Amino acid sequence: MTDAPLPSVPAPREPGSPDPAGARTVIVWVTEGTWRGCVDAARALAPAGAAIVLLHISPEEVPGTAHGAYAGLLGRGHPERDPGPRLAELATAAGRELLAAAADRLARPCTQVERRGRAEREVVAAAEGADLLILARDGDRRRLGPKSLGRADRFVVDHAPCPVLLVWPEDAPGTGTMPPPPPHPPRHGPRR
Amino acid sequence: MIRPRGWPEAVAAVPAAVAVVATGALSPQAALAEAERLGPVIGFLAAVLVLAQLCDDEGLFHACGTWMARRSGGRTRRLLAQVFAAASAITAVLSLDATVVLLTPVVYTTSVQLGARPKPQVYACTHLANSASLLLPVSNLTNLLAFAAAGLAFPRFAALMALPWLAAIATEYLVLSRFFAADLDAGAQEPPAAQPAGAPVFVLAVVAATLAGFVAASATGVNPAWAAFAGAAVLAARALAQRQTTVTAIGRSAAVPFLVFVLALGIVVRAVVSNGLDRVLGPLIPGGTSLPALLAIAALAAALANLINNLPAVLVLLPLTAPAGPGAVLAVLVGVNIGPNLTYTGSLATLLWRRVLHERGAGPSLGEFTRLGLLTVPAGIVLAVLALWASLHVIGG
Repeated sequence: MTDAPLPSVPAPREPGSPDPAGARTVIVWVTEGTWRGCVDAARALAPAGAAIVLLHISPEEVPGTAHGAYAGLLGRGHPERDPGPRLAELATAAGRELLAAAADRLARPCTQVERRGRAEREVVAAAEGADLLILARDGDRRRLGPKSLGRADRFVVDHAPCPVLLVWPEDAPGTGTMPPPPPHPPRHGPRR
Repeated sequence: MIRPRGWPEAVAAVPAAVAVVATGALSPQAALAEAERLGPVIGFLAAVLVLAQLCDDEGLFHACGTWMARRSGGRTRRLLAQVFAAASAITAVLSLDATVVLLTPVVYTTSVQLGARPKPQVYACTHLANSASLLLPVSNLTNLLAFAAAGLAFPRFAALMALPWLAAIATEYLVLSRFFAADLDAGAQEPPAAQPAGAPVFVLAVVAATLAGFVAASATGVNPAWAAFAGAAVLAARALAQRQTTVTAIGRSAAVPFLVFVLALGIVVRAVVSNGLDRVLGPLIPGGTSLPALLAIAALAAALANLINNLPAVLVLLPLTAPAGPGAVLAVLVGVNIGPNLTYTGSLATLLWRRVLHERGAGPSLGEFTRLGLLTVPAGIVLAVLALWASLHVIGG
């Protein structure tokens, strides 16, 4: 389910085709908790004149879960007491506030887009035709390894239709966090 | 039990109740006896619903959100623990309706204000509304019905269910904090300059006095519903005097169509049970209160709750399990209270009906909901039944 976006994501171009105005489109996925890292990366790394789109997704499963809990209360029959629609309204308002804060921090011209749906799918759909997608790691960063990329990030990285810039929400770790190499490195080349 | 969207379910249930009496499926005397049995339960339920709404009017839930925002220090795992504490306490004392309808939006707003992802906290509310409703007779309508059937005193009910309640909450916490690790690790920000919010001392004192009243009433042989009435009356008088509410609003919060629905549902279920369902289900219910028997009863109750919703399920199972004693009845409650977390909207019947209606805004990823249900419900039921079995041995059924 997609909300009527505030302004829509710029129309996709054929991959690789030059933008008529020569501008690159950079999509910044703004999520609670980790958005500052993405916005800072966009500010530092997006080419001058790039069309920056700040994208926030309100997950539909949050109001949906509250609605389901109310629907399961047999016999109450008062749709106006259903917390689902209230949460959906609150979510849209909160998303817009978050986007406004991100635009302030970016301090560059940008477009703000708020959508509702399954976050990872909406992000992949919105990134079609873009030149770059910036997202932050959302997994377990206390133990660096495969799980330091959460489910939603993993989906986006796997399916993104454009190059992806994956940033650390905080300072990047030093190389000392690498585990020691395996004791027996795999052999290369033909065996003799 | 199934209704067109937006209509009180009573519109379907009352004609059905009239029909079972008119067709002779249930004698008028039996229907009257069922109504007399359910009357006090329904009165108790109305008092608790009014009490919860008046607590909200007095700012209890808002204060709860402010407390969580201030004390979490912008740490998401601490916030989740606070949501667990608040949702468990509110469900236990003011019933699961209060958690779903009144607490969930507050928890959502608090999470968003802290810049935290709201999903783990909202899931915690919806899950705990069911699984943390084991503690007191007032926590869930299923408990009120069983409380009347099992002949347990209020304090004894609470004493026997305290360990199962804690076991169910601990299971939820262990699973949810791992399941949503990515959302929790995304972090939050420091809370905005905390507004010094005064604790709603009056309303907390009334709720505490009401709880004490439940115990005192049981000790003196008075129906504990009167304590709930007294608590609601004190809050109502104050709110009316301060013009914070109206008599109409208080009447609306008593949810009269819901009360009528429960009465009608009780009569219909009684007719169905005494016309053959007892012979179908009876052999499936193990006798006694050994650990395997309690586990089987809870599993059957959870399965039935997921098929037809937990309210009809408890009405069906109570007359069949009450003869085996309070242990069996409490095992039914473990099943029907924790079980609904397995199915989005609490039962396949409700889910299918909403699908039939193409109700807009269904929403959540059913896969995620069901995975979480599979991780919490079987484990929660087994651990809660173990805890119940231990309590029955220590305290005695």
